[in-house]
Amino acid sequence: MISYAFRRVLSAIPIVFLTITVCFFILRLAPGGPFDGERALPVNVLKNLRAHYNLDQPILTQFFLYVGGVLRGDFGPSMVMEDFTVSRLLSIGLPFTLMLGFTAFIVGTIAGLVAGALAAVNQNRWPDYLLVFVVLIPLIIPNFLMANLAQLIFGVYLGWLPVGGYRAGSYINLVMPILILAMPHGARVARLVRGSMIEVLGTNYIRTARSKGLGAALILTRHAIKPALLPVVSYLGPGLSYLLTGSLVVEQIFALPGIGKYFITAALNRDYGLVLGTTILYVFIILALNLIVDVLYAWLDPKVRLN
Amino acid sequence: MKQVLSVQNMSVTFALHNSEVHAVREMNFDLAEGETLAVVGESGSGKSQAFLAIMGLLARNGRTGGRAMMGDVNLIGMATDQLDRYRGKDIAMIFQDPMTSLNPSLKIKTQLSEVLVKHRGFDKAKATNTAIEMLERVGIPEPAKRANAYPHQLSGGMRQRVMIAMALLCQPKILIADEPTTALDVTVQAQMLDLFKTLTDDFGTSLVLITHDLGVVAGVADRMMVMYGGRAVEKGGVDDLFYDPRHPYTLGLLHSTPHIAKRAARLDPIQGLPPSLEHLPKGCSFNPRCAFAFDRCLIERPPLTDAGSGREKACFYEGPMAYGKVA
Repeated sequence: MISYAFRRVLSAIPIVFLTITVCFFILRLAPGGPFDGERALPVNVLKNLRAHYNLDQPILTQFFLYVGGVLRGDFGPSMVMEDFTVSRLLSIGLPFTLMLGFTAFIVGTIAGLVAGALAAVNQNRWPDYLLVFVVLIPLIIPNFLMANLAQLIFGVYLGWLPVGGYRAGSYINLVMPILILAMPHGARVARLVRGSMIEVLGTNYIRTARSKGLGAALILTRHAIKPALLPVVSYLGPGLSYLLTGSLVVEQIFALPGIGKYFITAALNRDYGLVLGTTILYVFIILALNLIVDVLYAWLDPKVRLN
Repeated sequence: MKQVLSVQNMSVTFALHNSEVHAVREMNFDLAEGETLAVVGESGSGKSQAFLAIMGLLARNGRTGGRAMMGDVNLIGMATDQLDRYRGKDIAMIFQDPMTSLNPSLKIKTQLSEVLVKHRGFDKAKATNTAIEMLERVGIPEPAKRANAYPHQLSGGMRQRVMIAMALLCQPKILIADEPTTALDVTVQAQMLDLFKTLTDDFGTSLVLITHDLGVVAGVADRMMVMYGGRAVEKGGVDDLFYDPRHPYTLGLLHSTPHIAKRAARLDPIQGLPPSLEHLPKGCSFNPRCAFAFDRCLIERPPLTDAGSGREKACFYEGPMAYGKVA
């Protein structure tokens, strides 16, 4: 198992390198730069700024300088927020974003599991039809629209929840963003669980379990859940990474202090260092999640474990 | 002799989109204590569905009618949670395909011990020990080690032994074995049948052996019920039916089975295919494939009637049935 994990970590290196390369050049291809504003800067100032950030060097040199920095753990300065390094900004925003993403992940996964299992057990009866319909809604409506609608309905018209913002400890402000984030994730999980659970409930070994008189609850929790989770688990890794990236938009809509705020402003301002730094961080998170999923997989499926 | 199971006028129907299929009709039989009853028929004769119905394991569109009395308990139409007090304890079932009948994600010992925990109220440790003893009893070498294995680590024969051990844990009154040897190698089949015989004798369990293989029946069963098109067409003692079949279908089955003593160059199979249950022929269901059929068979369905010496048959033909005359 350990050598397997080690090999996985090694295979991640080229992926990270490739991501850095592609993102670096794509960013430079986009028109504009970090120092373009509504009012053009004086030529001399611009020249000094570009020299300061190595932007006057040939692009390949810039690339190797950047990669060298990353290898030393230095993501460079933010080009727009002058007094901050990229690492500093990330360390301010990341904990909040992770907290938001993971909470939504847990809420969505649990809700999806329960809803999916409920639908499967009641296949082709009204609870199933209802759940299949309800689950479609967050899959059809994109979260930025859903978020605005929720703000309008629950924040403005009904006044039940705050529209946005966050101060340390005011968890009520997080209810709406977490639910908005969790809904599409939960919906996907529910659909997966429903499908795989229906398949598992039709297998011979579930018939065996029924013939033993174990009772519906035990059959579901001991015999059906584990095999039914297999396809779900392989989705959870990518699912969590969607949540963490999706939270960038949701944070922006609800004016929350995560990395999302930096990332989106950085992209709009062509803050090369900050965009790249955030992207690399996300690549790391996604790779780590996939590794965790594969290890979990081995636990669920004994055949994988022994091979 | 004491009857442990009495099936009366049982029927099984499946609702399809616009129609109904009658898989089993008017089934009647008694199962005595310690007795082995073989239920024989081709695929689609309704033999498996009849017993899945008794166990409450039909597909969701299946409906069962009639009664299956185990003592004074009617197993048919019983609510699932009530049925669960008997299933696995007093009446157990073994399935055809041992490769898919065990849960791939649970250890053997978990799948065995849970039966004892549920029906006998054993704690986990005691249940596991009893399970290991039972594994030894069904001839699994190193049972304590195998108990910790997952199903995919065992061969097909071993898995079927595990299924047998699982079914017999609570020493049930009735064991239903649905083609228990079909998926196994021929060499393993014989061992498995011996095992059935010894164990059911030891526990005084009545065995229902569902099969299409008359070779299996000959060695193990006391009585036999031949099914065709969802109905029993002949019933009686195994020797009687083997040496003096009274229904052309039974005769046909016997002639389709290779016999080691007869040096026949070819087998003599029953011509044609089993009927579709949705479109049974008028009159006797077997008439299109029957060499003895006459005009009455085409119009009227022969009822199952007493044929003397504890036998019953559903056939109008009363004359002699010579070898080679079938089909």
